[in-house]
Amino acid sequence: MKRIVSLEINGRVVEEVVADNMLLVDLLRDRLGLTGAKKGCDGGECGACTVLVDGRPRLSCITLAASCEGTRVETIEGQAKGGHLSALQRAFHENLGAQCGFCTPGMILAAESLLRDNPTPDEDQIRVALGGNLCRCTGYVKIIESVLVAAAEVRA
Amino acid sequence: MSEALPRFQVLTPSSVAEAVTALYAHPDALPHAGGTDLIVRLRKGLSETGTLVDLGGIAVLQGIDPDAGGLRIGAGVTLATLERAEALAAYPAIPKAVAVVAGPTHREVATLGGNLCLDTRCVYYNQSHWWRQSNGFCLKYKGDTCHVAPQGNRCRAAFSGDIAPALMVHGAKIEIAGPEGTRHLPVTDFYHEDGAAHTDLRPGEIVVAVHLPPPGPQSDYAKIRVRGAIDYPLAGIAVACTASSEGKRFTLAVTGTNSMPVLVKSPGVLGAADDSDAYFGALEKLVQKTVSPQRTGTLAPHYRRLSVSALAARLARRLA
Repeated sequence: MKRIVSLEINGRVVEEVVADNMLLVDLLRDRLGLTGAKKGCDGGECGACTVLVDGRPRLSCITLAASCEGTRVETIEGQAKGGHLSALQRAFHENLGAQCGFCTPGMILAAESLLRDNPTPDEDQIRVALGGNLCRCTGYVKIIESVLVAAAEVRA
Repeated sequence: MSEALPRFQVLTPSSVAEAVTALYAHPDALPHAGGTDLIVRLRKGLSETGTLVDLGGIAVLQGIDPDAGGLRIGAGVTLATLERAEALAAYPAIPKAVAVVAGPTHREVATLGGNLCLDTRCVYYNQSHWWRQSNGFCLKYKGDTCHVAPQGNRCRAAFSGDIAPALMVHGAKIEIAGPEGTRHLPVTDFYHEDGAAHTDLRPGEIVVAVHLPPPGPQSDYAKIRVRGAIDYPLAGIAVACTASSEGKRFTLAVTGTNSMPVLVKSPGVLGAADDSDAYFGALEKLVQKTVSPQRTGTLAPHYRRLSVSALAARLARRLA
């Protein structure tokens, strides 16, 4: 069965015909060309497909696209505004928070959700918020430092 | 594009009655809430269905409300909401168990009802289709032999929910709706020791809510798992402690070691004059005797038995 789904993606209203069994990550990557959300484990274990749905982190590889009707979806492609990187993107770039970069979009969106809730997280709170995101380059120290730097910039 | 998900239709009932009718009318239909367990299962070919019944639009499945001095928690309440719910602070083991279910992103959509109905897990079952096919499948799905216990006649897959034991030590009941109306069961009676049919749900039935009695005991929950940030329990233990003039009485429930969460037989009262080391030593032995972990996971059964017993004694000592 197919249905028309209307949702806002990175500030743009999108209407798409989707099959009931279509996943959000497939809608984003294959239909809309937003390949920032990555397919890592394809089973909700690695966090590489994390996007924000109504401001909250969501694993797009286990989310049915049809269930996102009427929601506001944010992906890594929508984080830079007016040609300027977001605070988190800049902090990851300047503090070597990205190595191969595969986990980075998921890491940044999980961290973005944390900073909107809590602009002054300590290291433990960052570790908990990013607990569902795997980095196989094992760059966690730099990732946590990047989030701390971005948090300080957001507060300033 | 991924072809991994089978074709299915999604029905979106707006009431419990509609959901029950839809589930009953489509015998292969599966209820869908957060999807964190179900979608992965569908993807791996561990379940087959032509119909999902999405429970997300049913208002009565939401809310945490006062109920006869205790609480009524809708089955559709997300774990992220439960984790932050002030009303649950009076039942400490519950938010503690909720906070260690999977990772934070799963908890944003995973629901209480979903965790209570979580499928059982086994190293011979939670594999890809070709892996299971090359092994002749297993008793839980499409096969005729349990590879964990080939001599036995039942599936040994382990119950892996964290929240059920925490609800059990607080005396919670489950409200179930089905074609024949509504019924209430103590959480303890909701489960059966059979990995292939571990809940009491009958065709067309769904979990509607959990009812908690008035708060009383202090409680705690702990688990062991391979990946500290996000994993199922290889074993988990909830402990509640009620103080009275006679002394302290402990209630314990274990998860991850059997095909159902197991309530441990009462270890008796710890009086003020009793030798507490002897008491907690006996409590540890009692848990060891109660659980029966099998070769369903990556850690040896004996290790899981010893570690969950040690955790039980540690939590009980802290609460005493």
